[in-house]
Formats: sequence, C-alpha cells, structure tokens
Amino acid sequence: MCAKWYLGTGAQNDVVINTSIHLARNLRSFPFPGRLSLPDKLKVNAVIKNAADSIDNYYFNYYEMKTLSQSEVVSLAERHLVSPEFASSRDGRALLLTEDEAVSIMLNEEDHIRLQVMYAGFALDDAYRTACQIERELSGKLEFAFDDKLGYLTQDPTALGTGMKASVVLHLPGLVSTSQITKLITTVSKLGLSLRGSYGEGAAAKGDMFRLSNTITLGISEKAAIENLKSIALQIAAQERTAREELFKAPVTEDRIYRAYGVLRYARLIDTNEFMELISLVRLGAVKGIINMDCAQIEALMIHMQPATISLSVDRPLDRVERDKLRAAMVRKALM
Amino acid sequence: MICQNCNKNEANMHMKRIINGRAAEVHLCSDCARSLGYGEAFSGFGLGLGELFGELLGKTDGAASGAYCPGCGKYFDEIVSDGKMGCAECYGVFYDKLLPSLRRIHGKATYVGSKPALQNGVSLEEKVEELKNKLSDAIAEQNFELAAQLRDEIIAITNKGGEN
Repeated sequence: MCAKWYLGTGAQNDVVINTSIHLARNLRSFPFPGRLSLPDKLKVNAVIKNAADSIDNYYFNYYEMKTLSQSEVVSLAERHLVSPEFASSRDGRALLLTEDEAVSIMLNEEDHIRLQVMYAGFALDDAYRTACQIERELSGKLEFAFDDKLGYLTQDPTALGTGMKASVVLHLPGLVSTSQITKLITTVSKLGLSLRGSYGEGAAAKGDMFRLSNTITLGISEKAAIENLKSIALQIAAQERTAREELFKAPVTEDRIYRAYGVLRYARLIDTNEFMELISLVRLGAVKGIINMDCAQIEALMIHMQPATISLSVDRPLDRVERDKLRAAMVRKALM
Repeated sequence: MICQNCNKNEANMHMKRIINGRAAEVHLCSDCARSLGYGEAFSGFGLGLGELFGELLGKTDGAASGAYCPGCGKYFDEIVSDGKMGCAECYGVFYDKLLPSLRRIHGKATYVGSKPALQNGVSLEEKVEELKNKLSDAIAEQNFELAAQLRDEIIAITNKGGEN
C-alpha cells in the first residue's frame, strides 16, 4: 500500500492541516451532466479516462461509482476524495484516483471534470502547480467549454470563470475556545472567502476543523485568488497562535488536554463526535509538546475513525455500538 | 431547404431570433421543431385573446418565459428554478439575462485567468504561431498600431495562470 497524502507533515502544520485545489472543467461537445443521458455520461467518462490515461508521471485507478458498495463510497467522501453530493447518487459517475490519493478526478459530478489535488500542510503553490500540470495535459487532448468573457463554463454559474476553488483546512481550537470564530466567519465572507466546518457545518464544526476557501471565480485570476487566500490563511493562523497562548495561560487547558488523552487511551466505547472533540484537544497538546504524538498520525486517525471508513476496515456492516467499540479499540491501539 | 437539426427532412418552420443583438435564422422540420420545443412558441395562438393577455401579464418577464437554448433544449425558466445551466451554449443564448446575477455573485463579470490549451480545435501554440506571423507581417507593412495590438494578444495568451 502506497503512503497517502496525509501522512506527510507539511508547512504551518501546527494550524494548517491540508491544502487542496479544485478545478471544474466541462467538455465543449457535451451538455453539462444535468442534461446528459446515462449512455452519454458513460461516453463522457470514457473520453476523459482515455485522456487521463495518457498523462505522463500520473497513474490513475478508475472506479465506476456504481460498482462500489455504499460504505466504500461514503468512506471516499469521509476522506474528502469525493464530495458528499457525489457519493449520494452513483449512476453514470466515475472516479479517477492516484494511488497516494493526492489527485482525484470526479467525473460527472456537477461538471464533467472536478479535479482535486490535496497535499498535507500549507502548500497552495505546490498544489496549484500540480493541478495546472494535469489540467494542461487534459486540456491538450480535450476541448473544454470556454468563453473569452466568462472563462471556463460550468453547470453552476457560481463556479464560472477560473472554475478554481482553493482551500486550506485549519485547526482552530484557540479561536473556538475564545469565541472569536463567529466573528471571523463574517469577516472572511466580506473578503470573498468562506470559512466552514470541515467535518460538520458552521461554528459547530467537529474537531475545531475549518475549511477556508475562495468563493469568487470571475474577475480574479487563479494566482491572485491563491495569493489572497494565502495571506488571509496566514493571518488566521497567526491569530490562532495568539489565542492558543492565551489559552495555555490557564492551567485548565493543560488539564483538559490530559483528560482528553486519558479518555481516548482507556475508553471502551467512543462515538465520532466525542472522538473528534477529544482528538482536537490532543492535537493541541501534541503541537505544544505536552503530548508525545505526531501530527500526521493524528490526521490519519481522524480520517480512519469516521463511521464508514471504520466499517470498511472490517469489511462488514457494523451497528452503532459495534462501531463505537471498534473505534475505541483502534484509538487505544494508536495511542499506546 | 433542409432542416438544420436533423439534416434530413425538408424544413417547414422558419424563425428569426435575436440573440445578443444579432439576428439568427432557424430552419427546422416539424418533428425537430416539436422536439426542440419550438412548437411551444406558437401554442399561444390557439388561446382566446383574453387568455393570451392573461398569460403575458402573469409573467414578470414575458420575453423570458419561452426562451430556451437551441444547444440542449433547456428553458430559461428551468435554469431560473434549478440554478443550473444546461450546456456551454446556454451562456451565449442567455448572456444578457445572466449578466446581472453574475455581477451580483462575483462582483465583476469579466474573465481574467488562464486559457485552455485547445480552443475551437486550435491549440494555444498554433494560435500564438499564427499571431506571431501576423505580427511580423504587420511590422513589415509598418502597421505599428496593429503590431502593438497583436503583441498584447500574444502576451495575454502566453501568460498562463493570468497575472492580475
């Protein structure tokens, strides 16, 4: 098994978990997915797969979504390799995925092509370079729907233009604990960005994980959008560090971290919400050097402990209690 | 005249439409006209006068209600209700109607950014090559105004990723 993208430790890793670049593209010669019949969707899949197969240095595994089980599909969504929307309806959809899972291409989601490049840590430039490279290769073989005034044409007019969505996932326990997050969400929205829970929505984001992304795709170049996102992300990271310093002035913070570690280390049943809440504290402690754990290990654990991904690891459907029991056992093992 | 859609039957329905200020003629056979929804355009004639006026007044945008994209057959009303475009052509057909919403969403409605490697079957390299040839011709003819314009076009294309 090949090492996954999230097993590397990246830059700004105390706050920035990972970086992703999404590009939406459509073939000029076919209507958008919403107007495509099933046979035409399969035709589109075949055309794109062919083009992807001839890209140098990248090997893609190809999956027809219909051939995967429900757990397998949901697990792909939990690992952020496909969107939850993509997982919800499988007919005529397909996925191209590299072995390290850093590059995934959803076929016939909202658009014919949704290319995603995901790297650990803060790596917007690298991720964009890779996305561009793959896009260029595809673009030399497939003619994309493009208009000089409007840019890349997408099914959803809000993604029109560059068709690019750049995101960084941020761990913000400091800003959540000091109640600054709601204000921050409002502020970034005025700057053409959005800040949302990465697992679960809004201020109730599980594990204090937030996704910061650009929302504007027309009238701003890819590079300018990335620079903008980069500078806001760094400012938020700096604010988060200040908030953490404040937090650690109170002895209760250290106590909460050790208690969280203790529960994870000895619990016999643990559900997703509790796990996410506790692992967030443990991560905070690990970054501070209180808990002897590697951040990459924590990230991998967060992904592996999601419900469908757990069920997949034993290859049979589990009920809630069985799953919580298995999760607790796996967490104990990881923390030993 | 042969139908533009199936290229088989005799066209017996001829329409003139104005798209983005340009007149476009459409010639279709009756089967294609029906399947593409053109039949709907005339359905109003079967109604009594009173009903017809009611129909027109009931819509906030009477002109928009029957408009559809000849590329994929999607009606503008459908786009309004589900927020999804049907195909690339829809953007050209409904450009004027969409522009205010695009401005509202993005603030601006003029594209800046990278360009695809392949456009209208012509690769970027070929396009640049063609422009360069035109550029040297323009310089040879001492047409410097055109030369400057061509030079800017070449810069815009070769500058991938599009600086802002």
